[in-house]
Parts: sequence; C-alpha cells; structure tokens
Amino acid sequence: MADEPLLEVTDLSVEFPTDDGVVHAVDRVSYSLAEGETLGIVGESGSGKSVTSLAILGLLPKRAKVTGSVRFLGRELIGMKDNEMRLLRGRNIAMVFQDALTSLNPVIRVGDQIAEAITAHRVISKHDLSARVIKLLELVGIPNPAERANQYPHEYSGGMRQRALIAMMIANEPDVLIADEPTTALDVTIQAQVLEVLERIKQRTSSAIVLITHDLGVIAGVADRVLVMYAGRQVELGTADDIFYRPRHPYTEGLLASLPRLDRRSGSERLHRIKGQPPSLLALPPGCAFNPRCPHAKHKSCDGPRPELVAIGRRAHLSACLRVDEIYAEAQESS
Amino acid sequence: MIKFIARRVFFSIPVLVISSFIVFWGIRETFDPTAKYRTSKDATRLIAEKRKELGLDRPIVVQWWTWATRFVRGDWGVSASTNGKVTAMTSRALGFTVQLIFWGVLISLVVAIAVGVYSAVRQYSVADVALTGLSYLGVAMPPFWFALLAIQFLSVEPKLRWHLDRPIFYFVGLHSTGQSGFNMDYVRHLVLPVLTLTVQTVAVWSRFQRAAMLDVLSADYIRTARAKGLRRRQVIFKHALRNALLPLVSQTAVDAGALFGGLIITESIFSIPGMGRLFIAALLVGDVNVILAWMLVGAVFVILFNLLADVVYGILDPRIRVQ
Ligand SMILES: Nc1ncnc2c1ncn2[C@@H]1O[C@H](COP(=O)(O)OP(=O)(O)O)[C@@H](O)[C@H]1O
Ligand SMILES: [Mg+2]
Repeated sequence: MADEPLLEVTDLSVEFPTDDGVVHAVDRVSYSLAEGETLGIVGESGSGKSVTSLAILGLLPKRAKVTGSVRFLGRELIGMKDNEMRLLRGRNIAMVFQDALTSLNPVIRVGDQIAEAITAHRVISKHDLSARVIKLLELVGIPNPAERANQYPHEYSGGMRQRALIAMMIANEPDVLIADEPTTALDVTIQAQVLEVLERIKQRTSSAIVLITHDLGVIAGVADRVLVMYAGRQVELGTADDIFYRPRHPYTEGLLASLPRLDRRSGSERLHRIKGQPPSLLALPPGCAFNPRCPHAKHKSCDGPRPELVAIGRRAHLSACLRVDEIYAEAQESS
Repeated sequence: MIKFIARRVFFSIPVLVISSFIVFWGIRETFDPTAKYRTSKDATRLIAEKRKELGLDRPIVVQWWTWATRFVRGDWGVSASTNGKVTAMTSRALGFTVQLIFWGVLISLVVAIAVGVYSAVRQYSVADVALTGLSYLGVAMPPFWFALLAIQFLSVEPKLRWHLDRPIFYFVGLHSTGQSGFNMDYVRHLVLPVLTLTVQTVAVWSRFQRAAMLDVLSADYIRTARAKGLRRRQVIFKHALRNALLPLVSQTAVDAGALFGGLIITESIFSIPGMGRLFIAALLVGDVNVILAWMLVGAVFVILFNLLADVVYGILDPRIRVQ
C-alpha cells in the first residue's frame, strides 16, 4: 500500500443555517497533507479558510452542519465524539488562531496557558513543566522567557501574543499544525519574524503545516503546495511553483496581480485589485462562482455546471476553471 | 493588591464626607425635631428655645460639622423616643442585620452562580427553560408575599399536619429564648428570612450569570482552550467561569443599596430587631438621630460592599490591578 497521507480531507462541506437561509461556508473541499509538508491555503477573507480548519478540529458551533470526511492517519474525525476528539486536539492536530489578542485568556498567566496545553495530554513533574514552558517561549523568540511566563496577555505586544499562541500549540509537537492567518494582524517586520518561527518549528519538529492566509506573498517561499479557495470552494491546487509561475485560474491570476513585485517597473503597472466583491454565500451564481468578476467570463460555458478541480496535463496541478483549455491554450503548449 | 485596597479606601473618604452632608441636610429639611412642641401652649417661644438648644438656628454647615465630629467619635446622640444612646441601639441592630446580609449574599451568590452556569452550559435544555420560568416567577413575586407563603407552607402547615411540638423553621427572631451562637436552633430561625431575602437576588443574579457565561462561552479564548485538548470541565470552570464572574461582581456592588433597603420588609415580617426595623420605628416617630445613623451606616455599608467587590474584581482580573 502506498504510504498513507497524514491528513486526508475529502468533500468537506460546512453549512450554517441562518435566518436568511443556508450559508454554504465550505463546499466540497478536498486536500491531503503528507508528513512534513507545508500546504498554503489562500483566498480572500470570507472564502471559508477558517471554517474548513475549524471543521477538521470539530470546533465549530453545534448548529454548523458538517459533511464529508476528514481522515487523520486513517481515522475518521467527522462525527467523532468530543471526548475522543479532545485527545487529538493539541497533541496530534493543533491550530493557531487568527486573532491572538482575543484567543488568549485575559485572566490566566501566559505560562500557565502554555503549561495547560502540555498537562492536558501527559503527566509531567512541576519542575519539568516550567522548564518546558520556558523552553517553548524561547523557541518562539520571546525574550526573558522565565519572566514573561508569569505575565498576563495584556502585558504582551501583538507579535508576542501571536508567538505565545504558537508556543501553546506546538507544545506537544503536533503532527499537523494549522496556522490561521498568523501574521495578518501584525506589521511587516513582525510578520517576517513570526514566519521565521514557523520555519524554525518545521525544521525542529517534523510537523506538517497548513498555513492559511489571504495574502499570497506570505506563503511564497514557505509553502510546498498551495490551495486557492474562492467562496467556500477550491479553485486551484498545485505546487508553489505551479501557482506562482503557471497559474491556471483567473482568480489566482488576480491574486498574483495584486501582489507588489520587485520585477515590475514602478509606475508603468499599478497594483491590480480584483474587481467587484466576493459573492454572497447565500446565493452563489450558477456554474463558476467567480464568473461575475472574471475578466474572461463572457461565455455560456461559465454558467454551468458547477466546476470541479480537473488535472492539467500529467502534473498534480488542478484547476476548476471551466475554460482552462481555451484561456491557457498558448501557455499550455509552451509549458 | 494592598496598595490597590489602600487607595480605594482613601478615595472613599470624600465620598462618605459628601454623602453624609447630603444626608444631614436632607434630614434637616424633612424632619423637624421641634414638631412635637407645635401643639403645646406657648408654642412659638418653646420652639425658639428648643431650636437654640439643639443648635438649629445656626448655619447648616456648622450644624453638620458639629454633628459629624461627634459622630466620628462615636457619639451619635440620643433617641428622641426612647432616650437611649443611638450608638448602642444601632450597633445592637447592626449585629442582626450583618448576619442576615452575610448569609443572604453568600447563599444568593452560590445558588445564582450554580444556576447561571448550569443553564448556560445546557442552553435551551428542559432544565434551562424550567429555571428561566422559575426566575421570572422569583422576580415578579413581591418578597412580603413570598415570606407569608413560606411561613404558611414551610412552617405552619407542616407543624399542624405532623403534630409537631415546634415548627421545623421558625419565623420569629434569630434565636429561641435562652439560645445563642451557631447551632441548629439558629439555622432553623435563619432559613425563612434568608430565603425571603434571596428569592429576588437569586432570580436576577442567576439570569445575569447565565448571560455572562453564554457570552464568555462563545469567546475566542474558549475555542483556544478546547483546541489545546482541555477537558470540558476545565474549559468551563477554569477558562469560562472566571471571566464570566466579572459582570456579576459588578452587579452585586450595584445591588448593595437595594439589599440594605430590602431588609426592612424581611426584618419586619420575621420580627428581627435589625437595622430595617430600627429604621421603620424611627421613621414613624421622626427620630432624627436614629434616622441619621441609619443613613450613614447604610452609606458605609454600600461603600464597603463596593470596596469588597472591587477587591474581588481585582483578584479575578489582572488587567484592573495595573492601573
Ligand atoms: N458561526 C457562523 N455562522 C454563520 N456563518 C458563519 C459562521 N462562521 C463563519 N461563517 C461564514 O462562513 C464564511 C467563511 O468564513 P471564514 O472561514 O471565517 O472565512 P475566511 O477564514 O476565509 O476569511 C463567511 O462568509 C462567514 O460569514
Ligand atoms: Mg479566517
């Protein structure tokens, strides 16, 4: 048998019943993650990146309807009992949340919040525990860790809070670490430092990392593979090189065009924003969800059926563009 | 923490000084100690004489200062109706009242927190809905009526039905004659008045605690706690409850005045010679010194209660301490 993926997500969908109708927050997302791999998940805000990850960990509110399958080392996680799932959370699969300020408990010392992540999963002496906590804080680059461990979240800066949250989630060297926009709230220099911490963790432990962001720039040079999401659906999946140099979906192209690039002459080409707004998840257009904003969509075929990810050539590069063959015909031949 | 408390005590002094003046002035405006001479012969002369004797002809600030300096030294004057020393009367009454308040607040808090947390964790369950209904009943029911029902059904009826020598729960005083101290007799006297005192506070505070707990349970840090793999029990009691207690602590302080006032009904019904009864008696005869003492003790009580709430808040929430 071929080696089993660490994490295998198949047709994962999440629906929220609301007063206005059913919100299809995540619609049939599938991906797999190998040991030690870094997968980037990119998409505008509201595209279902966080909800996908929360569904994997079983942390969505009860009213969320989750279907599909998530297998961790062959074990099905969807529908697993909470007290069983608890044993995997933080130990096998951990998640660093988007907003570090609100994600830390304001009335508990940071050191104690980290210690708790350890004692939730194993028995350890008091002495070893505090040594381990200090070591973790040091690993994520917090100065004076012994002193800092006794402080409360409000005494930390934004970047330090994010790092403390990371320390908490790597405490048990999880097999999978999901980092949900860990740098979004931070300024650029701190962003780089936090990414460095993730890189260091990857080298030190053999954790596979899912790095979620709305900014393709963040995962350049970090991710092995990239999944692009739009309106709760996946639109493109490929290696980082595929996505950055051979994008095969107009939405990915749009994201790339909105990146500031050094190789672009300043002034001659302004930064592009993708025109229009993401669609309402209550009423997606038929066919391709990107249709209303797509520069290429003037064609009947874009109106339906709902596009699926399709392999391009022989490589493991998948696109959900219904007209991928036409739009990228020339590029295809040359590549 | 000690610095924090010291500062709070220090800042409460001007509050007390100002409120004592307002109380003093208000009472001088509304009660006339010479009113009882109005019907006597030669009223005008007698009243003028008495006014001079009592110092009522001097400016209000001077009167207040004289009264306040005596008050601080523990000389609260004599009662107009009994001629007894107000200081002694008040401290005796206060002894009873403190017992009622202590047990009332303690039991209210414990029950309200337990009910609130349970309802929030089991939101929309049968138990939650039932407790919600009960709490509306508790809020709507006038305490004196509740007290009368409680006396009837918990004391009088059982005694008659089972032909008991003495009722299970007493409804007069805090001790039987000849008894004292903390014993079964005390508990049997305490149950009904404390129950009366707590019905409304439990109803209101448990709603409050439920809302706070629901709010906290949806916070991001609760999700973090779960993501770490903590047990449900730890998530609820260590992470959620501590944060969810903060609003109730503030609310308790706000309700302190109402609690002190609420004693009037309870003490009257259960014949407990505490501050509430003292106040009612003084009010009926216009016993100015006793009313003044009651008001001031009430103010000190509210301030102390708020101080205590602040200290508890500071212990629970480290963000407060640094300021
Ligand atoms: N608890 C919820 N109830 C209803 N809708 C939700 C809930 N959580 C998320 N959503 C919706 O799901 C969609 C995807 O959200 P999210 O995964 O947070 O986006 P992203 O992380 O990509 O910015 C959003 O439109 C959001 O409004
Ligand atoms: Mg998100």
